Amino acid sequence: MRYIDHHAHMASRTTDDYAQMALTGCVALTEPAFWAGWDRSTADGFDDYFRQLMEFEPRRAAQYGVQHYTWLGMNPKESDNREISLEVLARLPQYLGHPNVLGIGEIGLNRVTRNEIATCTDQIELAARYEQMVLIHTPHLEDKLKGTRITLDVLLAHPALPAGRVLVDHAEEHTIEMILEHGFWAGLTLYPQTKVSAARAVDMIEYYGPERILVAGACDWGPSEPIAVPKFIAEMRRRRHTDELIQRVVFDNPVQFLSQSPKFKVPAATRAAASARI
Amino acid sequence: MTPTSVTSPLTPAQLVDEYFIENRNRVVEIAAFLDRLDRAAPDTPLDDFRVQALRGALALILSSPAASRVTSIQMMLSDPTSRPLDALDRKGAVGAYDGSHDDRP
Repeated sequence: MRYIDHHAHMASRTTDDYAQMALTGCVALTEPAFWAGWDRSTADGFDDYFRQLMEFEPRRAAQYGVQHYTWLGMNPKESDNREISLEVLARLPQYLGHPNVLGIGEIGLNRVTRNEIATCTDQIELAARYEQMVLIHTPHLEDKLKGTRITLDVLLAHPALPAGRVLVDHAEEHTIEMILEHGFWAGLTLYPQTKVSAARAVDMIEYYGPERILVAGACDWGPSEPIAVPKFIAEMRRRRHTDELIQRVVFDNPVQFLSQSPKFKVPAATRAAASARI
Repeated sequence: MTPTSVTSPLTPAQLVDEYFIENRNRVVEIAAFLDRLDRAAPDTPLDDFRVQALRGALALILSSPAASRVTSIQMMLSDPTSRPLDALDRKGAVGAYDGSHDDRP
């Protein structure tokens, strides 16, 4: 089955992972800018990373017939550094017109510090000013509840940014309802240990229905799976859900959300998932 | 918010047939982890806040109302405060709240 992975950090994956994703039906992915596992020392370091996401990764993906889009911004883990954050934000507008940049992301909170909230607020204001879509990261583990509540408060204080153009990612059982009830999209990111398992993602689809819910692998440099979405598809089938419902979650919903950007092109139905290079 | 549920196509009996063995394994693994901790320090009660949280979560599995166990555990493991941190204390989360910045009355 064709699927779109809206959250995949391919900069930290090998080319073999692109091949695995293509072989399992991935036709498009979006890659939010994130933390490299260590803090960059200058804003120039972010410029180089953004160039990788705008130029190099789309070429790698194209070798396997996968469309590549990206989101740029100051990630939550480094956003407590206000000096570098402000410098990065000042440079960000020049990149927003690039053909594969869908919006600002992933932005949000990590440990929920005052500086992180200030940087997140700056980026939400920037998104509203430049009419950008937004991909929100919500914090990990014990910080998720508090961080999601405060992030939603910031978003709701900026009505110029329509809720339907914002994806609040890494939702779990205790945060998904507050995300959906305000009109935002909710992302379920599938991880082997943290966040959401495929089985629990299916539970949430069964409980809330498929409207405004996306699933992604969110593969990165830590324990994670580039083919988490096909494993979610397998879990949906194990529960005997119909292909129609599965397709809605893994293809139709991401198309509906991402198509709000005129840059996003719906992958053609007949397009081969993998190229001869595999 | 009123959920718009998709009915599970599987009956309770089918769910048990399909998922019992892997969940049996999970329970045994948790028991083995707690036994392992006991063997590591047989004479000293462990006061690590994460292990205490895990024990609390296990108790919640049996005491929570039907169909709300996961949310109850997620809430119990979360930082319940609302005040932002004044400064970054560490880079990442650890999985349970240690009570270090409680602002509740």
